[in-house]
Amino acid sequence: MEALNEVLLSKLKIKFGDIAAGYSEFRGELTVIVPKERIVEFCKFLKKEIDPGYDLLADLFGLDMNTAEKRFCVAYNCYSTTSGHRMRIKVFTEESDMKVPTVTGVWSTANWHERETFDMFGIVFEGHPDLRRLYMPEEFEYHPLRKDFPLMGIPGSLDLPSKYEKYGTDDRTDRT
Amino acid sequence: MKNMEQTTGQTGRKSKILQALENEHTTVSFDDPLESEMILNMGPQHPATHGVLRLLIKLDGETVIAAVPELGYLHRGYEKLAEHCSYHEFIPHTDRLDYISPMSNNTAYVLAVEKLLGIEAPPRAQYIRTLVSELARISSHLMFAGSLAMDVGALTVWMWTFREREKLYDIFEAIAGARFTTSYARIGGVAQDLSPGAMNMIRKFIEEFPANLGESEQLLNTNSIFIGRTDGIGTISLENALDLGVTGPSLRACGFQHDLRRANPYLVYKELDFEVPVFEGGDVLARYYVRMAEMKESTKIVRQILDKIPAGEIYPDRPKKVLPHKQRVYSKMEELIHDFMLINFGIEPPSGEVYHAVESPKGELGFYINSKGDGCPWRLKIRSPSMVNLQALGLMAKGAMISDVVAIIGSIDPIMGEADK
Repeated sequence: MEALNEVLLSKLKIKFGDIAAGYSEFRGELTVIVPKERIVEFCKFLKKEIDPGYDLLADLFGLDMNTAEKRFCVAYNCYSTTSGHRMRIKVFTEESDMKVPTVTGVWSTANWHERETFDMFGIVFEGHPDLRRLYMPEEFEYHPLRKDFPLMGIPGSLDLPSKYEKYGTDDRTDRT
Repeated sequence: MKNMEQTTGQTGRKSKILQALENEHTTVSFDDPLESEMILNMGPQHPATHGVLRLLIKLDGETVIAAVPELGYLHRGYEKLAEHCSYHEFIPHTDRLDYISPMSNNTAYVLAVEKLLGIEAPPRAQYIRTLVSELARISSHLMFAGSLAMDVGALTVWMWTFREREKLYDIFEAIAGARFTTSYARIGGVAQDLSPGAMNMIRKFIEEFPANLGESEQLLNTNSIFIGRTDGIGTISLENALDLGVTGPSLRACGFQHDLRRANPYLVYKELDFEVPVFEGGDVLARYYVRMAEMKESTKIVRQILDKIPAGEIYPDRPKKVLPHKQRVYSKMEELIHDFMLINFGIEPPSGEVYHAVESPKGELGFYINSKGDGCPWRLKIRSPSMVNLQALGLMAKGAMISDVVAIIGSIDPIMGEADK
């Protein structure tokens, strides 16, 4: 896999000389950091122009780094079914500007992944065809996977039915 | 809503019941169901949606114009929970993701943690993990075959495949001590060694299984009702499937050979001889054929493992990374200290990020772990195949009949515990 990392990096350096500088390798896995303005262009290049192309977007998810600058991150897990090589792209975004361009135009599968990331972190994907919450209820106000969201949840944040509504009884009167 | 009286003035088409309901206070208006589109809500509590999947279906008569899956009814926030669990504590939670094949989930998770730690399980443990993963694949595909057949109206097959699954549960009980939520894999190895009794049970099962599976196959493969309900239903092209990230048997049913066991071999798959079944068509029937063929390949793999499995340790001697043997914890000071540290503070792997994916029965199951060197993961992302494959449901169901929707859901084989995380 390390050899394939080298091949890919050399190809990226020709096209995106400045971008490919920000990369890291850990346990043989390649991570490239891309500025968010160029993410769509970068993904299109990865899928269509490189041979073999990274035709499968295996995963897309958010990360909360809990830092003052570049707090949020979106990671793209790209896979080539031809060579079996996997690479990760990372895009950082500030808490004050939670917008990242969508890659649904490149891989349709990004649709639900971006909805999940929006749901969990509140990252807004610009140009997404249907940016709704995926798991949490539509009226939920928080983004649960952020580090400032407590594990036990926030009391009253979910509109649950009262005991009376649910069972038809009330603790105080114990009447139906 | 169009008021028939106002727009068409066809009072004559109103039934007598509706006319009787009308008085000076009420006017009853209705749409002709055959001339308008209808929104049908299916689930989340529905016997054919395999759990708590909710579908909103737009119908024109009986034809599906659009189907939109809604997720989240079983969302338990495992990714959040993982950030507050030590690496060991999260193993039982992986059982509850794809609860039809907990063995392969355990294995997938510990492989990711081991990659992060930079350790490898001893050969015997690797073989045992491969063995249980393949048994889990058989168990999962049996569930698929039974429920798909039941969804299209053949109840007997469900009884017969569940008889086989019952034997598999007995085997899991003999291996891990639990039938359903096994939590069998450990970071660095497996919980217990494979006993000779369990080996004999597996051997007996493998001898009998092909014939028993053949019985079910005979019921379905030449059954014109089953073929009629599945052939050419829910088709998806290879381009669309890849674009939508579909993996596993559903992708291989589009005539594309992609299997992580072959593409990125993990465990001991490199040393085993097996085929990756591929079928053309991309419809429900092709997805059924792929899974039936995979069960036979899994039997082949299990047989090879039983012959090849080496003797030796099932747990590496890496005191700072993996939990020491309980016997030694009670008798030796060093081990007691390590055990105390690992239980209380976690493993504390190096900081970094890894992703490891396995070919689970449903498709590519991957765990991404971001570590900051603490005892808990900073971020754990579960790449669940059921959730990604469900995204293709809308496309597969488009243009199908309403009765085909249950067959299409059954053919994707989603497990909501995994899709909703």
